[in-house]
Amino acid sequence: MSIVSKLRHTALAAGIALGAAAASGPVLAAGDAAHPEAQDWHFEGIFGTVDRASAQRGLQVYLEVCATCHGLRQVAYRNLHDLGFTEEEIKAIAANYEVTDGPNDEGEMFQRAALPSDKFVSPFANEEAAKAANNGAAPPDLSLQVKAHAGGPDYIYALLTGYKDAPADKEVPAGSNYNPYFPGEFIAMPAPLFEDGTAYTDGTNATVQQQAWDVVNFLQWAAQPEMEARKKLGFKVVIFLIILTAILYAAKRKMWSNVHH
Amino acid sequence: MSAGTHQTGGTGSGLVKWIDSRLPVFTYLQKEYAEFEAPRNFNWFWNFGAILTFMLVMMIATGIFLAMQYQPNTMLAFDSVERIMRDVNFGWLLRYLHANGASFFFIAVYIHMFRGMYYGSYKAPRELLWMLGVIILLLLMATAFMGYVLPWGQMSFWGATVITNLFSAIPLVGDMIVTLLWGGFSVDNPTLNRFFALHYLFPFLIFGVVILHVIALHVTGSNNPTGVDPKGPQDTVPFHPYYTLKDSVGLAVFVTIMAAFVFFAPDYFGEPENYLEAAPLKTPAHIVPEWYFLPFYAILRSIDFDIWFIEAKLGGVLAMFGSIFVLFVLPWLDKSPVRSGRFRPVFKWFFLILLLDCLLLGYVGGHSPDNKVFEGVEWLKVIHLGYLGTFWYFFHFLILLPLLGIFERPKPLPKSISESVLGGGSTGAAATAKPMEKA
Repeated sequence: MSIVSKLRHTALAAGIALGAAAASGPVLAAGDAAHPEAQDWHFEGIFGTVDRASAQRGLQVYLEVCATCHGLRQVAYRNLHDLGFTEEEIKAIAANYEVTDGPNDEGEMFQRAALPSDKFVSPFANEEAAKAANNGAAPPDLSLQVKAHAGGPDYIYALLTGYKDAPADKEVPAGSNYNPYFPGEFIAMPAPLFEDGTAYTDGTNATVQQQAWDVVNFLQWAAQPEMEARKKLGFKVVIFLIILTAILYAAKRKMWSNVHH
Repeated sequence: MSAGTHQTGGTGSGLVKWIDSRLPVFTYLQKEYAEFEAPRNFNWFWNFGAILTFMLVMMIATGIFLAMQYQPNTMLAFDSVERIMRDVNFGWLLRYLHANGASFFFIAVYIHMFRGMYYGSYKAPRELLWMLGVIILLLLMATAFMGYVLPWGQMSFWGATVITNLFSAIPLVGDMIVTLLWGGFSVDNPTLNRFFALHYLFPFLIFGVVILHVIALHVTGSNNPTGVDPKGPQDTVPFHPYYTLKDSVGLAVFVTIMAAFVFFAPDYFGEPENYLEAAPLKTPAHIVPEWYFLPFYAILRSIDFDIWFIEAKLGGVLAMFGSIFVLFVLPWLDKSPVRSGRFRPVFKWFFLILLLDCLLLGYVGGHSPDNKVFEGVEWLKVIHLGYLGTFWYFFHFLILLPLLGIFERPKPLPKSISESVLGGGSTGAAATAKPMEKA
């Protein structure tokens, strides 16, 4: 009896079980929305990294466009260091925003400029204020949006670039906008991006697609800032484990060589 | 007995002997994990006991460190998990190991159980061993369910709401039980607090039952792929180093696969919507449990009709718990005297069908009952497959297995493990017994 054939047989069965478990894993919650086209992102794949130039531009899009309504409360200004911003630049970005601090030694709350250690300042003081300013529906925080949708990056890119006039047979309710990629097709957010809506500091031509592309790169970093460290460590761990497996297998074979089984 | 007559820790230093004569831990380890005689013919499916032991320890270890950073309060829970992901040193690794660990724990448990079912490991004298295993499964499911609530995402909240509401179907005391589970009148902060407390407690209960499971195993000894009891030393090898090494190989492969997910696709098994904070006023379009509960969820939803005086909701709950209860009494449902599926020509095929049935139920559990199965085939809805899958599950255990025990003609068994292993020159039984391994 050959060990290899036995191993193959067992591994196949285990693989089927694992594959079946995996296949039932991500459950599609598609609804009736149009399917976003898959894009070729820099961060995808086991070798993927953050496209820093794009993510830096994406920060500009976020701050100048999205931040009017959407918070980013899980991310601190100091985290921008990961994207290649210097300490001075980070201080300058944070200083544009005000936070409430205190109480001071007189028991008063006070306003001060945000510091790098502060989280991104949300546009609204609280959920109720956000609702009141937006027809009763608070704009979602963007920190985790990329992870919160199946096919997150492609979905957000499709959504941002997918606004168009509604087909003649569909009546758009008041206060809504037509977007085939949004579940239910009617979205409260008006088209946020326009040609040259952002004056990129690096001179990139700010098409709608470019801005959407950049802001998705930024938001994907914001959703999983650990990604590069994770993949880098992952290589070491997986290679180590493969070598360990090989050594253990060799030891096992040697030990079992005198046993017919 | 006087001290000094009980010197058993043969090898080892004076200190080891000193301890061992007072508390024979070394003797115990030597006896139960080194000299312990195990059948020589285990295949790789016998690795999963060791893998599961590792997983339990890994989950407890990562869980304890997560608990040091986690805040069981509805106002703080979601953000505290994100803080673990972003600001705690290697917090992302702890959390992804713990979250993916739950999935891989269940993968290993299900392989371990199906192995036991195929090779008849639940049959006499291993009935209690098997039943302890089913208790471990139940505790594991409760632990996983409560753990999934802790990040306080949308699926945490709505999953908790749906599942705890099931208990309200129980006549008379149902509502009381639900109030007790919630600690109030909806899923809220008291619910999160008690789930956290119990999620921390249950793994140690599991650990206790695992100890009983192992004690029971070491009384009866392991089953093996032939299902034939070892007849003597020629049929066994010492557990150490033979199976410690073989288990290590299997464990290393398993951990490698898990690591690939943890580092390169950490959210693969997760539900994206759980990255949105719980919003009690915003019901998600589809509330789905984690993948490892999908077959049970399918059975729950497939009873959407009243059965006599039993309302559909209660019927679904009974069917769901019944699907685990039949496992509990499996040793008495399967009447065949032959353990291993290798020598059961009919059972073998029905086992495969059961496996496919469970996968089908997994598919059903993950999709809306009134969805079409195939685009363009109007009459076939997911719920229809749910009826079929649920029917077959119970038909297999309650009707087929008892009947197979009576009507199936098993193939001749090898006289012993060593005969089956050494094969050549012996009876035809051994040759037909292991066709796979003749290749």
